[in-house]
Amino acid sequence: MSKKEKERKIRVVIAKPGLDSHDRGAKIVARALRDAGMEVIYTGLRQTPEQIVETALQEDVDVIGLSILSGAHNTLFPEIMKLLKKKGLDDVLVFAGGIISQEDIRSLKKIGIKEVFGPGTPTSTLVEFVKKNAPKRG
Amino acid sequence: MVPSLKDIQQLVNGVQKGDKRSIARTISIIENNQPNAQKIISLLYPKTGKAHILGITGPPGAGKSTLIEKLVKELRNRGKTVGVVAVDPTSPFSGGAFLGDRVRMQDLSTDPGVYIRSMATRNHPGGLARATKDAARVLDASGKDVVIVETVGAGQSEVEVVKVAHTTIVVLAPGLGDDIQAIKAGQMEIGDIFVVNKADRENANKAVSDIQAMLEMATEKKGWKPLVVKTSALTGEGIAELLERIEEHMRHLKTGVIDERRKERIENELAEALTQKITESIINELKQKEEWNKLTQKILSRETDPYSAAEKLLTKRLKTTRKR
Repeated sequence: MSKKEKERKIRVVIAKPGLDSHDRGAKIVARALRDAGMEVIYTGLRQTPEQIVETALQEDVDVIGLSILSGAHNTLFPEIMKLLKKKGLDDVLVFAGGIISQEDIRSLKKIGIKEVFGPGTPTSTLVEFVKKNAPKRG
Repeated sequence: MVPSLKDIQQLVNGVQKGDKRSIARTISIIENNQPNAQKIISLLYPKTGKAHILGITGPPGAGKSTLIEKLVKELRNRGKTVGVVAVDPTSPFSGGAFLGDRVRMQDLSTDPGVYIRSMATRNHPGGLARATKDAARVLDASGKDVVIVETVGAGQSEVEVVKVAHTTIVVLAPGLGDDIQAIKAGQMEIGDIFVVNKADRENANKAVSDIQAMLEMATEKKGWKPLVVKTSALTGEGIAELLERIEEHMRHLKTGVIDERRKERIENELAEALTQKITESIINELKQKEEWNKLTQKILSRETDPYSAAEKLLTKRLKTTRKR
């Protein structure tokens, strides 16, 4: 590996949209991605769609991971996807984790959420998913 | 994908207009040391030198990020725009990093007058990343009035921030150590301003007096006597006073000290850049030679050692320079 390649890191923001305060899952994911050599920006709890998209923009991330347990995903996720598009961040890979029904997963995938992971997903699955799907940028 | 010169010019224009996307991409190009990174820096350099750069350092958990949030809000109330570069450590084992400084600065992320960038050290020593200085420059060129650089939670010897900041602020908290800690070398020597944060906790006054006693023993730095401010990022106590002291320090710098400092710093930077270039070019040249492989083999077979081999290579190289 050349020096330049080594310096290019996958940058990920792990965000908690909405009002629930259960962030153990988000932290486990953040930790797993860190251990896989990625740079993970953690936003903390209770983020609005605007805050998440602004963070992704300022941090120039390749990937956004959304963690939600409140059930408000059908309201918050489309808003996030809309704002990403508006800011020209459509090439950012978005995935989600939390308790989301199969039916909702189908409709979320339609609006551009690449994958939704439920409870009990091995962190190795996540790491592989991100490595495989992160946009290849300069 | 290598950014073309046209892309670069566009980014540079965007940065100067304060466009957040352009700032973000530019910092990434510099951070990843992509081709044309140096070109971007040279295009932006003439636009820099206007921002007041504050360095915030101190041990992990002293409250640096929380204090920065309060400080930025106070600066915004006074109509200033602010850029923040917050550095956290890269794991020496996995190469990954967990960047958590934004957690304390949530309210600032949607403020159009604020730009925050988290940065991993990528194993650069000294408490900052290699690209931190240039990231601060990008924010300076984007027109921010104040640029705050937050170091990793730093120990005694992470003092690189003084090479970047005009005003260095060392943030401490009560109960971290006694008057003996305060006399130790390194971080306790670099503060223009010392902050005892978490003033809402007990022993804050003891910490203030320990530091004051240490500072009284110190010689003054070019006409400035470092001072101590007591703050509570939790309640907001002392934040306005801290800002007054920061401005006081800036006024002091403007009496001519800043020009002197700048010159000193630029000389150091030039020497550093030159050292890097010289080393790179000589090593690349030597690697092309048969001798390099021969000596590597000899080291491998223990016939010689790296130091003797290096001396041999250098002596030969210097002789050829003299002949020219």
